Amino acid sequence: MTNLPGENLHLPEGCMAGIAMHELSLLENVREILEDHALKQNFCRVTKVTLEIGKLSCVEPEALRFGFDVVMKDSLAENAELIISELAGLGVCRQCQQQMAMETLYDPCAYCGSLLVTVSQGAEMKIKDLTVI
Amino acid sequence: MCGICGCGQTNNTGKLKPVLGQHQHVLKQDHDHSHHGHAYDHHSHDHNESERLIKVEQDLLSKNNVYAAQNRAYFQQHHIFTLNLVSSPGAGKTTLLVETIKALKDRFPIAVIEGDQQTERDADRIRATGIPALQINTGRACHLDAHGIGHAVMELGVKGHSLLAIENVGNLVCPSSFDLGEAHKVVVLSVTEGDDKPIKYPDMFHAADLMLINKTDLLPYVNFDVGRCIHYARQVNPDIQIIQLSATKGDNFSVWTDWLVKRVKPELND
Repeated sequence: MTNLPGENLHLPEGCMAGIAMHELSLLENVREILEDHALKQNFCRVTKVTLEIGKLSCVEPEALRFGFDVVMKDSLAENAELIISELAGLGVCRQCQQQMAMETLYDPCAYCGSLLVTVSQGAEMKIKDLTVI
Repeated sequence: MCGICGCGQTNNTGKLKPVLGQHQHVLKQDHDHSHHGHAYDHHSHDHNESERLIKVEQDLLSKNNVYAAQNRAYFQQHHIFTLNLVSSPGAGKTTLLVETIKALKDRFPIAVIEGDQQTERDADRIRATGIPALQINTGRACHLDAHGIGHAVMELGVKGHSLLAIENVGNLVCPSSFDLGEAHKVVVLSVTEGDDKPIKYPDMFHAADLMLINKTDLLPYVNFDVGRCIHYARQVNPDIQIIQLSATKGDNFSVWTDWLVKRVKPELND
């Protein structure tokens, strides 16, 4: 059987608009936060936005990049540069107390194999800083 | 003014229309940001102005989280035990709610907020049981947010010392990030969906406190390994509680209603 185009795309279930939908909502939040800061800190244009996105958070950096220009159009951050710094995933095993790198939310402990691993870093989705005029 | 968030909107920019004595809350998600006065006219200023760096260190969801915290404080103050029901479309959330209401509506007040992209159908099903329900149509958005919930609670006039069930939009992705101020997220997974959902959509199962494995009466007809599903769910979330039931046939249903009663009861006595 031949593969249909797009067959291997990973689209979230229930999202008619596909992968960008979730990220678009989050980017609309980013824009609102920028607008709040503009009023409070007296700037009128954003030229660079730096986000810190944890590897275990529920967003795809690629989808954020894809949606950023669309959401920022006609806002104070139109044409702004988007920098995404990825934060590694870390977990602590409840059985052996070791800390380890985590690639997914369901990684077993790298030391003892236990499934009782608590995420200690990597779920973050933050606006780090802005370059403004 | 809204009694929860204090914003000046009478409703969340939505339009209200009475439906059989109840009302529909239609969220307008197509934001028009021109109302911000366009203080940021980037075409009119001097581009040689010096740039400066501003530290923000703010969560992307911080605005939603502020509204969620306000909702949570309101729920605590008024003794409203609130659940956020999430699942993929068709897992049986509405049927579960209808059967739950039938079993418990004589024990304490119950109210329901329904989220769907379109139609009033789910709220109609809930109202048929005789309890108040408000439908939020999210339009193109694929989740409910905390601001909309605050307004819905005011509009519905949710009673104190009660259970409030929020049925989120059927979607295992986006609703996992948006805290509504609930006491617990409850994820419903039906056996017709596949036992590997918890690792395919780990964020939701990580965020939930309780997983209901629904439609267990269909287990003889589907290729769903309950043990494997539970294993995957605990792998994503070691603390998740799990109840297997059939909302339509009533199998094991009292385990779920007991779970609820145990948690609503303390709110009734205060």
